Amino acid sequence: MSRKADLMPGTLDMMILKTLTRGSLHGYAIAQSIRQMSDDVLTVEEGSLYPALQRLLLEAWVKAEWKRTPSNRRVRVYTLTATGRKQLGVELSRFEQMVAAIGRVMRDVEVEG
Amino acid sequence: MSAAGRWMNRLLFLFRRSKFEAELREEMEFHREQIEEELRSDGTAGTEAHRRAAVQFGNTTRLRERSHDVVAFRWETVVQDIRYAVRQMTHSPGFAITAILMLALGIGASVTIFAFVDAALLQPLPYAQPDRLMDVTESLALFPRGNLSYQDYLDWKRLNTVFTSLEIYNGSGYLLQTAEGTEAVPGVRVSAGFFHTLGVVPVEGRDFRPGEDAVSEAPVGLLSYATWQKRFGGRRDMIGETLKLSGVPTTIIGVLPPDFQFAPRGSAEIFTTAQPTNGCEKRRSCHNLYGIGRLKDGVTVATALAEMKGIAQQLERQYPDSNRGQSASVMPLARAITGDVRPILFVLLGGAALLLLIACVNVSNLLLVRAEKRRQEMAVRGALGASRVRLARQYVTEGLVLVLLGTAAGMAVATVMMRVLHAMISKQMLAGMPYLQGMGLTAHVWGFTVTVALLAAGLFSIAPILRLPMAALRQSLSDGGRSGGSTFWRRLGANLVIVEVAIAVVLLSGAGLLSKSLWKMLHVDLGFESDHIATLSVDLPARGFEKDTQRAQFAQSLLDRIQSLPGVQSVGLTTTLPVSCNCNTDWVRFVGKPYNGIHNEVDNREVSAAFFQTLRAKLVRGRLFTQSDDATHPKVVLVNESLAKKYFPGEDPIGKKIGDTELTPNSLREIIGVVSDIKDSALDAEEWPAEYEAFAQDPSSYFSVLVRTSPRPESMLPALSAAVRALNPEVGVEDQTTLEQRIHDSPSAWLHRSAAWLMGGFAGIAFLLSMIGLYGTISYSVSQRKREIGVRMALGAQRSTIHGMILREAGRLSCFGIVAGVGCSIAAANLMGSLLFGVRTWDVATLAAVVVLLAAASLLACYLPSRRAATVNPVEALRAE
Repeated sequence: MSRKADLMPGTLDMMILKTLTRGSLHGYAIAQSIRQMSDDVLTVEEGSLYPALQRLLLEAWVKAEWKRTPSNRRVRVYTLTATGRKQLGVELSRFEQMVAAIGRVMRDVEVEG
Repeated sequence: MSAAGRWMNRLLFLFRRSKFEAELREEMEFHREQIEEELRSDGTAGTEAHRRAAVQFGNTTRLRERSHDVVAFRWETVVQDIRYAVRQMTHSPGFAITAILMLALGIGASVTIFAFVDAALLQPLPYAQPDRLMDVTESLALFPRGNLSYQDYLDWKRLNTVFTSLEIYNGSGYLLQTAEGTEAVPGVRVSAGFFHTLGVVPVEGRDFRPGEDAVSEAPVGLLSYATWQKRFGGRRDMIGETLKLSGVPTTIIGVLPPDFQFAPRGSAEIFTTAQPTNGCEKRRSCHNLYGIGRLKDGVTVATALAEMKGIAQQLERQYPDSNRGQSASVMPLARAITGDVRPILFVLLGGAALLLLIACVNVSNLLLVRAEKRRQEMAVRGALGASRVRLARQYVTEGLVLVLLGTAAGMAVATVMMRVLHAMISKQMLAGMPYLQGMGLTAHVWGFTVTVALLAAGLFSIAPILRLPMAALRQSLSDGGRSGGSTFWRRLGANLVIVEVAIAVVLLSGAGLLSKSLWKMLHVDLGFESDHIATLSVDLPARGFEKDTQRAQFAQSLLDRIQSLPGVQSVGLTTTLPVSCNCNTDWVRFVGKPYNGIHNEVDNREVSAAFFQTLRAKLVRGRLFTQSDDATHPKVVLVNESLAKKYFPGEDPIGKKIGDTELTPNSLREIIGVVSDIKDSALDAEEWPAEYEAFAQDPSSYFSVLVRTSPRPESMLPALSAAVRALNPEVGVEDQTTLEQRIHDSPSAWLHRSAAWLMGGFAGIAFLLSMIGLYGTISYSVSQRKREIGVRMALGAQRSTIHGMILREAGRLSCFGIVAGVGCSIAAANLMGSLLFGVRTWDVATLAAVVVLLAAASLLACYLPSRRAATVNPVEALRAE
């Protein structure tokens, strides 16, 4: 189990964007979704979502609106925008490049291990 | 999103600040509750779930701050910090006011002195390429920077290859007819290329034409701008008008620029061409000029000096009689002009810097104490998630705000002090230092201020940040700030106090030495009684006074007239007043003494019969002048004791004869008496051999009258001027003052007095600040050690033991400071050696007085806190924790 520091830099934004491709979600749901999809491997300090969400809002990659939950609680719900979707593509290809590069470096180690 | 869009969003955010904060808080709270609920449904107990949810969510304060940082402008947090800093100050106004006052004093003093230095030494002369302008004069053993003879100048100008131009000037007064009568107007005679060499162009009319200074040309002159405005109402048609200057019709051809100044004769109103019409300029042995040269490109001062010395040697071979021992002096004009004030300014700058240092040390000390007190607060802020950088930035901001306020107050202090200093300088002195008119908040001064402020701000930020290590912060939280790291502070704070005390010793002993030398100077043996003597100078016009008999007769009538005024005890005259300079010298030779051609340089004055009685100078042997020592009787001379000792050791000089270097029969005078040395020169200058001739036997057209009065001499001055005017309205009268005032205002006295006063001021403030620093340090140490003292007392320590313990600690600090200070003061006194008169650099009495004063004061400063320590109630001290 690791803290935020162990998350690869820059990947939090990408994961939030990816999570939102399935539809609008509030902060807690985004965090849960990331945790579940990573089989509990990626547990970030959940609050660190919020500075990231502010950044995404400022870049207009997501938009936010207040809604009511069934239990009549006010929550802010985030939705991916068109530019956000485009940005996800950019981040994804950058990420894949990075993974591939790391993979190439690590292949020899695996043989020895 | 575009940068502009992002910027817009941020701007919008600015107006929705509180809404944003509220929404974010709500959102985060919802999130944390959800985690808690989830944990609880998994079976975690209530409080534990709450705790774990908080951990999982993270530090809300820090996260909110980070969110805020994302959307906010950078400067917003700065504004926040500043607001916080100001709030901190208003919470402890005592601290803030003390710190700002200290800074205001330190910065104010240093900026004032720097403004002086800037005006005098840094701001270049207001001429084109001023660094290429050289002061060029002849030089001999007694006068390193002597006067230049006109005949030598002509050869120098012709032979040199180092200057693009070489010009001359000499001071000269003119008699000008004004509405109030005849007035003596200061002026300068210059060669035709003078202004061209300086690179100064008249604002009205024209400059002198080349060759316009030849004897055959009609005399022309230029007006200073101030004179043009003041005397002639700035009339354009002044150009071409003819003024009678001492009877010589002179055509005004131009007006100099308003900012033009010529420091060697700052009061000059009119500049005329130096036509070599007077007898002196026809003789190679008569030295009455100064030279100004503009160096050719690439020529250094050393090269120029070497070449001029070479030419001087050549002339020495060519004219052995007149040029024996005549070398050359070449130095930057700026140096020649500011030579006198240079050492004093450096000493004062040093003093001001030390004062500034002491103020900064004190403020740092205060800040350290505060940082110590605020460890808890900072620890809490750190625990709440403020990053270390953020905390450090808070201290930097507080330092900057403090320095900003201190600098603003300091500038106000400096502005006032500059005015005061300017007013302290007499008009006469100011005329010789016209560059001081440029004193004020120039770009240089602002640059200096900003530099000082930034350095101080740096110091004030670093000091408390040193106290910010994270580990120590955590410790502070856990131990309630009881003792964490206070030894560190005690050590640093204590060392700073040692520095302060040492600086105070340096400044106090410096001020002591300067005051002592001022006292010695003002009490130097003058050889006469300077009280109750009124003086004024008389300038006879050329017309009507061509003959010696006319001048002698006018002088005698004037003396008779003044003698008959009520309140006058006696009256005499001289061509050079006492306490002026070793100047107006003569080369002499003695009949019957071997002569090897060396120039025997002696001060030469023509005085009236009653001159010595009026001064109450002592006659050592022989007789004084009488009314009968006039043109119809054999020429006689009085000499001073210095001359008798130097040239007639073990002999009686009475009856011996003095003549010029060739012993021409007409120059021979018989010594009829020896008078005790009269202070002819500046107060701090050495006494020279002097000869006094009878005025009636060699009457000059310019002389000063001395009147011993029974009422206050000031009250007699109007009557004296009136007496001159009544006798002849065309005669010029100037410099009406008293002899004591003259001595008091003489440049050497003024320099020493101002240095002593300023240094005394610095020392006083430094003394006060260092004692406050010592008191603060000991007080703080006591407050920190309350618990320890309580324990000691609970274990049976006597109050006297506690008292002694604290006093010992304080004594150690002041001892170290005093010892270090004494060492530094001796070194510092050596640096200001040239300002000391009659005092040794390690004057034991001064140093001892300073040591005793500081020791006593520091004992007092420490006594109060040590008393407080001794009255600590052990029970309370232990319970307080």
